[in-house]
Amino acid sequence: MTEPATPYMAGRSATPDASVALRARIPGWGVDLDPKDRPSFPREQPGIATGAHWKFPDRQPEDQPRERSIEHAMLTPAFGTSVPLKGASGAIRRYAYGRYSEGRAAHWLLLIAADRVDAWENHLASFASLRPDNPVTETGIGSEFSGHGLASRAGQRVDVNHSWMDPVIVAGPWVLAGLAGAAVLRAVRRGH
Amino acid sequence: MRAMVYRGPYKIRVEEKDIPKIEHPNDAIIRVTTGAICGSDLHLYHGMMPDTRVGSTFGHEFVGVVHQVGSSVQNLIPGDRVMVPFNVYCGSCWFCSRGLYSNCHNVNPNATAVGGIYGYSHTCGGYDGGQAEFVRVPFADVGPGRIPDWMDEEDAVLLTDALPTGYFGAQLGDIVEGDTVVVFGAGPVGLFAAKSAWLMGAGRVIVIDHLDYRLEKARDFAHAETFNFAEYDDIVVHLKKETDFLGADVVIDAVGAEADGNFLQHVTASKLKLQGGSPVALNWAIDSVRKGGTVSVVGAYGPMFSAVKFGDAVNKGLTLRMNQCPVKRQWPRLFEHIRNGYLKPSDLVTHRIPLEHIAEGYHLFSAKLDNIVKPLIISATA
Repeated sequence: MTEPATPYMAGRSATPDASVALRARIPGWGVDLDPKDRPSFPREQPGIATGAHWKFPDRQPEDQPRERSIEHAMLTPAFGTSVPLKGASGAIRRYAYGRYSEGRAAHWLLLIAADRVDAWENHLASFASLRPDNPVTETGIGSEFSGHGLASRAGQRVDVNHSWMDPVIVAGPWVLAGLAGAAVLRAVRRGH
Repeated sequence: MRAMVYRGPYKIRVEEKDIPKIEHPNDAIIRVTTGAICGSDLHLYHGMMPDTRVGSTFGHEFVGVVHQVGSSVQNLIPGDRVMVPFNVYCGSCWFCSRGLYSNCHNVNPNATAVGGIYGYSHTCGGYDGGQAEFVRVPFADVGPGRIPDWMDEEDAVLLTDALPTGYFGAQLGDIVEGDTVVVFGAGPVGLFAAKSAWLMGAGRVIVIDHLDYRLEKARDFAHAETFNFAEYDDIVVHLKKETDFLGADVVIDAVGAEADGNFLQHVTASKLKLQGGSPVALNWAIDSVRKGGTVSVVGAYGPMFSAVKFGDAVNKGLTLRMNQCPVKRQWPRLFEHIRNGYLKPSDLVTHRIPLEHIAEGYHLFSAKLDNIVKPLIISATA
């Protein structure tokens, strides 16, 4: 019987000149060979000169109440002001931040739910604005027809696996809710 | 100014927004000349990342010109050409002082488990990003660096995330000479990780994806062996066969939250948001690495739990390493590699899209049309 191969026995097939061949073939092969001579080694390296010329940074003014994780002892010295809390989605987010730590699933599930509410709030509000949402331009669907056209579209796109189920999953709850609503109405009418 | 604005899942548009203001004495306002769409922006675009608010501007990969500086800024003056790491960080907290810039504790009030990232939801601090004509850059004395005169702007923009993250992914693998390294994902980060694995002395580099044009790039750009997982009944078994049934020494997950999972994974992760991502690539990594090997994770995952095969990781004695990349720590070495011709990051750029057409850019990138690998966003003021 022939000897079992690695890993059933110790040792791997020897390739003594492998690195010579690789160095010839791959530009820069092995220039960072020593793990101790790689950037970010060691992972934590005390005393790095970062350019900070403060022991603790100045504090950014809190012009309006800013939500924060309850895992923080205080509002951080700097923070983003991209989109302040507002509306029903803002109320959900305020509750998620105020009540639950990042360790709780409820924290993240509430934030995800608030994102959906936020999208609908803004979608509806856009119809009362001078620039309503436009599903054609905002989804970038026009790019289906630019570039190299149909030739580059067949077989290589990544959304074919799921796109068939997207309408069902996205529209399904609305259709079911509509049917349920209609059934309730019918029941109420029959009751009279 | 003109800026990309999120309108809800799969919907964005370009709007007129106020030019950002100095809000902290160490802020700078940067006029963006070139930005990029990152694969992880797609998680925001798809509505995967909690607290992504309608009205926010994405974009954590950008370079530009200093437009204005706050009263305590000492290292930059208006007119400087700068590249900005995707990490927002203070430089002085417990974590920054140890070089863990991506774990800064002073810039993200919304979470302690993740640092600040430009244009990456309120979970990452609520900062607007650089897919706009101007962007606010906090701690301007700490984060941005001047673009060297010899450096191409398109190389510089890839040094703000994709290249350092790929390099960092290889570094987290603790590669030693002769190691077999498998990289899941042939996007820019995966391709840079594969390329970096050679610099660290890998003996064999294998890249796994399901898009042939990206695998072709992995062969040409990163000198890698490639396998299309869609062509195999079980890619893990195939990788075992390829490695004498030992498994790879190091596996790098450069896919993250939206791995192309099965129906159940797609519904629970992408549609119902009940997982922090579809952990298909991560589980394949755990399965295909050898016992005692190292799995390095640089793909982006959300904060929710994911159904990861942790028992296998325990029983195989694996080392799991992961983090967001502390970008600026990688720069000096990567600058050298670019100068020496070992790396040419802009070779991955396939599309240059004007900011006004960014919605089309997102759709192209999301559906992987037109052989897209890396799209840059060109500002109207560039």
